[in-house]
Amino acid sequence: MSELLVKEKQVTVPGEVLAEGMDYLPGNNTYREGEKIFSSKLGLASVDGRAIKLIPLSGKYLPKEGDTIIAEVIDILMSGWRVDTGSAYSAMLNMKEATSEFIQKGADLTKYYDFGDHIVCKITQVTSQMLIDVSMRGPGLRKLTGGRIIRANPNKVPRIIGKKGSMVSMIKDATGCRITVGQNGVIWLQGEDPNMELLAVKTMRKIESESHISGLTDRIKSFLEKETGKKISAKEGEKNDVR
Amino acid sequence: MNKASRKHIIELLDKGIRLDGRKPDQYREVSVEFDVTRSAEGSARVKIGDTEMITGVKMELFEPYPDTPDQGSLMVGAEFSPMASPEFESGPPGIESIELSRVIDRGIRESQAIDLKKLCLKKGELCWMVVIDMAPINAAGNLFDAGALSAIAAIKDTKLPGIKDDQVDYDNKTEDPLPVKKVALSVTVCKIGKHLIIDPLPEEEKVIDARLTVATDESGELCALQKGGEEPLSVEEIDKMVELGIEKGKELRAKLES
Amino acid sequence: MTYDKRLDGRKADETRPIEAKVGVVKNADGSAMFKIGSTVAYAAVYGPREMYPRFQQNPQKGVLRCNYNMMPFSGHGNRVRPGPNRRSKEIGMVTEKALLPVIDLSKFPNAVVDVFIELPQTDAGTRCAGICAASMALADAGIIMKDLVASVAVGSVDHSIIADLNYDEEAYEDGPVADIPVAILPNSGKVTLLQMDGELSREELKKSLELSKKVCKDIYEVQKKALKAKFEVESK
Repeated sequence: MSELLVKEKQVTVPGEVLAEGMDYLPGNNTYREGEKIFSSKLGLASVDGRAIKLIPLSGKYLPKEGDTIIAEVIDILMSGWRVDTGSAYSAMLNMKEATSEFIQKGADLTKYYDFGDHIVCKITQVTSQMLIDVSMRGPGLRKLTGGRIIRANPNKVPRIIGKKGSMVSMIKDATGCRITVGQNGVIWLQGEDPNMELLAVKTMRKIESESHISGLTDRIKSFLEKETGKKISAKEGEKNDVR
Repeated sequence: MNKASRKHIIELLDKGIRLDGRKPDQYREVSVEFDVTRSAEGSARVKIGDTEMITGVKMELFEPYPDTPDQGSLMVGAEFSPMASPEFESGPPGIESIELSRVIDRGIRESQAIDLKKLCLKKGELCWMVVIDMAPINAAGNLFDAGALSAIAAIKDTKLPGIKDDQVDYDNKTEDPLPVKKVALSVTVCKIGKHLIIDPLPEEEKVIDARLTVATDESGELCALQKGGEEPLSVEEIDKMVELGIEKGKELRAKLES
Repeated sequence: MTYDKRLDGRKADETRPIEAKVGVVKNADGSAMFKIGSTVAYAAVYGPREMYPRFQQNPQKGVLRCNYNMMPFSGHGNRVRPGPNRRSKEIGMVTEKALLPVIDLSKFPNAVVDVFIELPQTDAGTRCAGICAASMALADAGIIMKDLVASVAVGSVDHSIIADLNYDEEAYEDGPVADIPVAILPNSGKVTLLQMDGELSREELKKSLELSKKVCKDIYEVQKKALKAKFEVESK
């Protein structure tokens, strides 16, 4: 007789028994030992049919091929730039991947990207030894100028973005800010009105700390309405990338 | 180093607002808690925003130095544990923690916050040494003011231990406080562009031009100063910074009364 | 058997009052506080992050590095001289070994997970409190772990087997004393830290370890509750 020992969205800690019996299958961040399935991370339980997985609540960013991230230039080398990815591993931006224009050998690379600059880039390769390449060639990839950078829990990025970008669109609409969210949890914001920029930051922080509690979209919507005094239409599931 | 961040901070200050929404001359929430570790003779925990500092006072007995045979002694130390910030490293004390402890040492020493003469038990033979150690739990900007405030709070909290055969009897605390004469604390004023701010966030600390730590006593007299940062300051700027330091010092001092 | 009434009135298998809290150091990737009696341990975890010095990197998996430090004013009696010493280095090392069996850093070649344990106030059982705090902080940091690690000192005072010796019991003079810091994996009951000093028979050791298993189960429940509480607080 198999038994499920956790409820959907229950917070579980490492070593906690999630289910007993062979009818259940261990998914992400869980493991089986004998008849039991255990948690191997602090996370929220999620049951899909017979599979039990955990959605992590914390943890550093782990670079993945195809991710669009916001990285900071930390070094300039012979053939390109080294950038901080917000993880345990820095990445390499090669000259060839840096711009659409041709960069002369020996050119002053700081003219393109200087120390401390933040760039929106795409991870093109991650090796087993975690050597990482990024590229600037692609739509939306650019150097960020002005505005501010904040760092959020990378595990909460999907909630900050929302379904098809619905959450971040709502924040952009309400605050009039320009916002770019990197998969690595680094977020860029820029607003004409400093108070609205601050509100956007506060809203992100609220999502970060409350995303595991149901009714998030409605709560954020009423929070933004209260703070701005404006009526906000949440367009879930719709493409609404205004800026 | 980060030009974009500096530019943004200055643009906000031009509009009279900080990254976290504060006014330029506004502290984050400040709290002081006394008697936070039983093993010290006196202790305090100070929180300024997300910055948290614990300071403890240990009392030791020593033979006074020949040039001051009738005076107790004071020692101030700070250890920036790598627990408190990803930017702190393991190993011997760095120059930042040395500067912090020396500036706070001067504030307490030069204001004569503690009457060292009253710490003499037998002239030329036995005196108390007050050892103050500061330990940041979380370093999120403005360790100077948090350190100075927690140090004076810990001094005020101190009860002398007993003495048995000229040795400290740590198990038996007396009810005697330290002879506190003045309440010295410091306010660090920072200059970014043409703006003056207090209580900087870590992001702000990284882009300041200069800072001035202004230590005052309750009468508003200056007892220690320390300029930091890479840019020079004009005499007019220094005067404004001192004025702000004295004024805000009163505000901080009120946090000690409770 | 003459030590049948404990100095502070506790039952033989009773620990001092325990408090635990997660998320006490905002800058850290994970953090926790564990208090048992008058012993208070903070633990902060940073990482996985880039490993320096580079020669300590392991290309096959991430490295766990634990640092134990008593704050200068935390000692019973004299001021503790700041900086590392032989004792703190050894405790850092055994702490690492106590935690390693449960953590999986195979996805993080060349990286390091740093654990910093700081004690602002101590009585006895500091390394055990440090391990309890560290294991919670590692979980809070989202490290992949098979289990938490619970730790307590057990021992015998004048041939009575007791849990969680305090300072006065460690210094008991009217009979032989043995102090045994133990760390246990709650699920399997296996031991990851074992040290002992004093006088102890083989039989007493066996009894002590049985007792530590039971006590660590209770400590595990406290750790679990504290980790979950972090997310209940945020929901308010």
